[in-house]
Amino acid sequence: MTHHEYDVVIVGAGGAGMRAALESSQRARTAVLTKLYPTRSHTGAAQGGMAAALANVEDDSAEWHVFDTVKGGDYLVDQDAAEILCHEAIDAVLDLEKMGLPFNRTPEGKVDQRRFGGHTRDHGQAPVRRSCYSADRTGHMILQTLYQQCIKQEVEFFNEYYVLDLVLDKDPQAAADGEDVAVTGVVALELSTGEIHTFGAKSVIFATGGAGKIFKTTSNAHTLTGDGMGIALNAGLPLEDMEFFQFHPTGLAGLGILLSEAARGEGGILRNSEGERFMERYAPTIKDLAPRDMVARAMANEVREGRGAGPHKDYVLLDLTHLEPAHIDEKLPDITEFARTYLGVEPYTEPVPVYPTAHYAMGGIPTTVQGEVLRNNTDTVKGLYAAGEVACVSVHGANRLGTNSLLDINVFGRRAGIAAAEYAVALEAAPGLRDDAAARVEGIVTRLLATVGEAGTERVADVRKALQETMDRNVQVFRDASSLEEAAGAIAELKERYKGIAIHDRGRRFNTDLLEAIELGFLLEIAEVVTAGALAREESRGGHYREDFPTRDDEAFMHHTMAYTTQDGVRLDKKPVVITKYQPMERKY
Amino acid sequence: MTAVAESPAVGEVTALTVTLKILRTNPEGTADHAAGESYWEEFQVEAHATDRVLDALHKVKWDQDGSLSFRRSCAHGVCGSDAMRINGRNRLACKTLLKDLNPARPITVEPIKGLPVEKDLIVDMEPFFASYREIMPFLMTTGTAPERERLQSPEDRARFDDTTKCIMCAACTTSCPVFWTDGQYFGPQAIVGAHRFIFDSRDEGQWDRLEILNDKAGVWKCRTAFNCTEACPRGIEVTKAISEVKKALTSGDV
Repeated sequence: MTHHEYDVVIVGAGGAGMRAALESSQRARTAVLTKLYPTRSHTGAAQGGMAAALANVEDDSAEWHVFDTVKGGDYLVDQDAAEILCHEAIDAVLDLEKMGLPFNRTPEGKVDQRRFGGHTRDHGQAPVRRSCYSADRTGHMILQTLYQQCIKQEVEFFNEYYVLDLVLDKDPQAAADGEDVAVTGVVALELSTGEIHTFGAKSVIFATGGAGKIFKTTSNAHTLTGDGMGIALNAGLPLEDMEFFQFHPTGLAGLGILLSEAARGEGGILRNSEGERFMERYAPTIKDLAPRDMVARAMANEVREGRGAGPHKDYVLLDLTHLEPAHIDEKLPDITEFARTYLGVEPYTEPVPVYPTAHYAMGGIPTTVQGEVLRNNTDTVKGLYAAGEVACVSVHGANRLGTNSLLDINVFGRRAGIAAAEYAVALEAAPGLRDDAAARVEGIVTRLLATVGEAGTERVADVRKALQETMDRNVQVFRDASSLEEAAGAIAELKERYKGIAIHDRGRRFNTDLLEAIELGFLLEIAEVVTAGALAREESRGGHYREDFPTRDDEAFMHHTMAYTTQDGVRLDKKPVVITKYQPMERKY
Repeated sequence: MTAVAESPAVGEVTALTVTLKILRTNPEGTADHAAGESYWEEFQVEAHATDRVLDALHKVKWDQDGSLSFRRSCAHGVCGSDAMRINGRNRLACKTLLKDLNPARPITVEPIKGLPVEKDLIVDMEPFFASYREIMPFLMTTGTAPERERLQSPEDRARFDDTTKCIMCAACTTSCPVFWTDGQYFGPQAIVGAHRFIFDSRDEGQWDRLEILNDKAGVWKCRTAFNCTEACPRGIEVTKAISEVKKALTSGDV
């Protein structure tokens, strides 16, 4: 076992982690730990753009952006946070441009902008061009640019170090309200050797991304297993609003691979088996550019009512055939290639089969606008921060707008990086890891390695597949009490089966079998919290739609959900929503 | 309840049995093989013609032998984790469909060449990333930054568009015969990384980078074998980019 000491330890090297690292490493001794290599992070798969009211191509304002974000989030957004997000957006884009990000340009040479779902002019009047983009690979460009800047600043990376535990100085659930609870460090498994490392730190930033792999059909990478969220739960910290999961309307049918909303921003149209542009019925003003929750529900509804396309009538069609091939090549080169490679469909001449795909967790580790992690509704954990998809600030409320996540990682990654470094610099001495800090992780690794060769036990892949299938069947676009209870029962059973899993790789080095077994543990924890929150929220809001409670109920449910795991299962609490300007209204587009 | 689209969704796709012949290495040894010894092992999996090679590898790992080790993440060709040598050619396992490989014959899968093998299909990527860092892959400018964005015409932006697509999978570098035999050569990817900045109108560090590439480990090692261009899963014209760098060096003009 090796021990390290840093002022700031950042867990995760996607957009939020690296944006934080650029700030933190200028101010304090910083280490970045990632279970991948930085350039493999899933920020690189984001396509359509990053929202900012630059007004480079038409009239726009940060205030309109705030309104769209709040309304898009079905009024569950904390409005103070949304104001920061949208007002700091402009500098966030300009900062990236100055770092070298190759945005697409207007004829005058400015950053070009395009339309995206839910982003409107003057409080919903018409779609507005707010998304700053680089073809349909904006996330790739952000990830590359941030990595390049990290090389320039000589940021210290620990690649393929899988963080498994967060060490606090006391149990946050046992601490009294107002009592200080502080971070002391993290414990990680070095994948190439199997060695366990402890990292003592004054500040820790979690930027580990999402948890899309709780579902079968997802746009998320295999590695998005909710590690940071699971670690937080295990450390006794809450997760906020986990029942709100975004299903992106246009996943490649049957595969879930993301086809950017930019396809519709550039003029693409969704059609059912009758060739009808069905979004005209669901969102008469902005049609195909309605927010994702509404479009995904509309698509699922078309399929359910028998107007799905294809031999099994189980998808709808994304029609780009009226667009010029040259325009498609310039603006949407990657996603059209995905359609060709994976479905054998030529988007110039044929509509592309699409169906909603699990895409983004609106919920996560609750934080303040400085990225400080909350251990209950009011107390922060000293020295602990979170940013990006793993966090819930909450700027996305019940439904995130497209292009607001690349914005989120830059704005709140930066804020968390500054806050974490300043806290570390002001703190005289590190609190110090306790001697047995690694004991829990050592126990997990030893126990799993001891299962090699055991007969008659469960396979990781079987339990994971069963979990993903029950989540797709029961906790997807449409939910109701019986589907959610079925899922809850299945998850409880799978958690039992998980106790009996055996792995096959006895080695220490690059034991990805062991890695997947640990990841599955996190997936089960998170699925349980998602389902419990969804069952308790007897209303429909944003990405959470209950067929047995089809309307929004502000009287009973205008609050965030705070979920804790305890020995007796998931405990749910409420947290008030911050409203500054915009009182909840009916959400029409 | 939600309707769940079953893969494959489009049309009917035939099921088939494919044989994967995988070059394996276990750094800690197995019952039959010494530590670090490389050996071939065959696996049969049931698959669909439209499955990716990555899906087939997962079937081996998940159902037959959990010790099979490889890197992967996004599974659709954008993260660059799963470059490997499939039927003798460098490709991404997640972007190669079985139907494009003649599944009637065994599909050979090996680690990419020229980097030390760590375990099975996992190689040590550090020498590759070290070459990338050498070429100073970040925008270099002088003077005070403008308040708003730096202006760049669409034409100037287009000059380096191709090389911005690089996902650093190493398929190009590890397909290069010069890289295999010459431990000093930066390899095609580092030159692609440099090209992306050399031809960016906003950058002022091009001559520093060109000097690095003019070095004995640099562009002049390239023998225009075109392997790199064929190997690139992003369709980057790698050899052309290298030629443009060579031309800039000889003409003294970018």
